[in-house]
Amino acid sequence: MAAEKAHTEVPGGHGGGFPPFQKDTFASQLFWLVIAFALLYVLISKVALPRVGSIIDARRARIDGDLAAANQLKSSTEEAMASYEKSLVEARSRAQTIGNETRDRLNAEAEKSRKALDEQLNVKLAEAEKTIAATKTAAMTNVRSIAADATGAIVARLIGTAPAESAVASALDSVLKR
Amino acid sequence: MAVDPIHQFQIQNILPITTIGGTQIHLTNSAVYMLVSVAITVILLLGTTTGRRLVPTRMQSLGELSYEFVANTIRSTAGEQGMRFFPFVFSLFMFILVSNMIGLIPYTFTVSSHLIVTAALSLLVFFTVLIYGFYKNGLHFFNLFVPKGIPVYILPLIVFIEVLSFLSRPISHSVRLFANMLAGHITLKVFASFITMLGAMGAVGWAGAILPLGLTVALTALELLVAFLQAYVFTILTCIYLNDALHPGH
Repeated sequence: MAAEKAHTEVPGGHGGGFPPFQKDTFASQLFWLVIAFALLYVLISKVALPRVGSIIDARRARIDGDLAAANQLKSSTEEAMASYEKSLVEARSRAQTIGNETRDRLNAEAEKSRKALDEQLNVKLAEAEKTIAATKTAAMTNVRSIAADATGAIVARLIGTAPAESAVASALDSVLKR
Repeated sequence: MAVDPIHQFQIQNILPITTIGGTQIHLTNSAVYMLVSVAITVILLLGTTTGRRLVPTRMQSLGELSYEFVANTIRSTAGEQGMRFFPFVFSLFMFILVSNMIGLIPYTFTVSSHLIVTAALSLLVFFTVLIYGFYKNGLHFFNLFVPKGIPVYILPLIVFIEVLSFLSRPISHSVRLFANMLAGHITLKVFASFITMLGAMGAVGWAGAILPLGLTVALTALELLVAFLQAYVFTILTCIYLNDALHPGH
């Protein structure tokens, strides 16, 4: 039995009694407690806690720094996005302006050339009308002489004598005037 | 085959060291376990943080966890000013916790199962509070014993009670830790000895030993909790007492 074995190892120096109340052990315990606790306190306050604390602080600083950098990047992204959208709107409105101007200009040019064409056509039309009128006049003149010849010939065949040219001319005039 | 449940608390002299005022100082089993506790604490805190890793290893995060735990305990009970006692409180916590945990290993010795040790630690806290309280607040430290808003005619009684409770603090502070560790270890030993006693009785005894075995396992788990809890209780009471020294005006 382990407890019994350990029991036999007791040097039996402290006499009997309840171990925590054996006064002759107090001096040794206090002596070593002072040494152990003083050693622990010095090591903890001078080395351990500063080191652990600096690690924790460094991590906190790193995290805070990273978060700040991330926020900065985020806001600059948003800025870039906003300026992109702004320039997009500007470009769109400028494109519309250019389109409108071009259309107006082209319309104006088309209108101008259409008017020029109209004038040319009018001139040609007038010339053509003149030619037609001249031709018609000429044709009418020819018709009159042909009609006079035909009238003379027809009358000569009917009555055997050729009518007087003046009678034919007056008869033609009265018909043509109707 | 008597199993002595008290024997585990026996102080054993290993080596005579020196003599102070006619008293022989020995290297004892208790001293060895104190030094081992210190060594383990220092190894835990220093050995695991040499990498200074940004992302801690498991062991490093154990050290950081204990740091944050004690720091938060002080901040919540004694405020930011209490952090000047951080190394002191942290040393107390780690010393008691580690020695309690070591004491749970079979065949080891529990440093805090001796009243002289816990009394020395609680008196250290008591005098720290007393000296720092007078150093920082001067005679205003006596405000600690005079609660505000008390009618004059019962004031003497209240002051008497306050002084008495203040003076009895180191007693309750030390006996709580000492008694918990002592009682827990005795109970464990008694139940564990039932197993061996029953086991010696043959087959029937083996069957009967199952119950104390189960109880011993359960008690070991409980003692693990108690070992931590008592270290924490000692620490938080220390913080509360230090808070009195920092802010005596209730």
